Amino acid sequence: MFKYFEPNKIFSITSRAPKYVLLLFIIILSIGLTEALILSPEDYKQSHSVRIMYVHVPAAWICLGTFSVITFLSLVGYTFKIRNFFLISKSLAPSGFVFSVIALVTGSIWGKPTWGTWWAWDARITSMLILALFYIIYLIAWRIYDNDDKAFKVTSIITILGIINVPIIKYSVDWWNTLHQPASINILSKSSIHISMLYPLLIMTAAFALFSLLIFLMKYNTELIKIKNKGLDRL
Amino acid sequence: MYGRKVKLRFIFLLLALIILSLSTFLIIKSLEENVVYFQSPTKIKTLPEIEKKKIRIGGMVKKESILVKEEEVKFIVTDYKNEINVIYSGVIPNLFAEGKGVVAEGFLKDRNLFLATKILAKHDENYMPPEIKKALEEK
Repeated sequence: MFKYFEPNKIFSITSRAPKYVLLLFIIILSIGLTEALILSPEDYKQSHSVRIMYVHVPAAWICLGTFSVITFLSLVGYTFKIRNFFLISKSLAPSGFVFSVIALVTGSIWGKPTWGTWWAWDARITSMLILALFYIIYLIAWRIYDNDDKAFKVTSIITILGIINVPIIKYSVDWWNTLHQPASINILSKSSIHISMLYPLLIMTAAFALFSLLIFLMKYNTELIKIKNKGLDRL
Repeated sequence: MYGRKVKLRFIFLLLALIILSLSTFLIIKSLEENVVYFQSPTKIKTLPEIEKKKIRIGGMVKKESILVKEEEVKFIVTDYKNEINVIYSGVIPNLFAEGKGVVAEGFLKDRNLFLATKILAKHDENYMPPEIKKALEEK
């Protein structure tokens, strides 16, 4: 069914969506920032530097989630030759990359006052850097091979390579001794983060997800316009 | 149900994923020593020989073990099984405290003494406001 979808119909929806998403993003971000920077308490040990976490953790989550979605869409798209899935993957990548850089930079800023160093070559931090590099390679691949079958093949392989790194990032803190602390939020067991700090974290995650969606829609619209300009009525 | 080509592409991707995962696993396995950021006191005790190169050890700072003497700090790193004495002089990170995690970079003098050139405080996964911490301690 996706093979024969009409870019014009999709475009009429996606071209109108960004302004609403932007509005929602601004609202949620304002609430999130107020919660994170003003209303939430300081930490008993690290005092105010805990506030960096409200940017760091959501950014890391979003960039990992985005890469997983990109991989899933690429592999399904490659197997069943669904071109639209590749357009979606391609449009998702820039915001994922931005968030991976944000996670690395905020982590570094947090590390200096807490650990006493800007950077450590521990498993978590290094694997996160590798993910950022995979985003770069992925984006470059799209630049080199412009929207043809070769691009689909190459980017699918890149996502396969990159997705192996995702569980390594997640479990690096459990498998090996790392400077980075283990996860505080567990779905199955009790979280070791106080509820008053969990709320701003989740709101900020929602805000970042909306930002990702916004960038995605803008990028996706550009792709659709490109296809329309080529005079194709379907993908 | 699906065409032969679809099946072929699926098998190709699956094989690629398996082979690449396996290679990654083997590479990481062989580099295990470098993937680990620091070694525990227990690991140090079982070292066959003391190497002269720079290493990192980590664990908890033993309670009531920090001794500040002029320019020097002495403390004990423990993993609750084995302990190692650390001597250090230099900048101490803010979060360095008794009963908290620490990573020390430096050289082993012998199996019981470590001369640190750099100290990093390890943060744990607990986040809570000061009042809650107080309430927990009173319990």
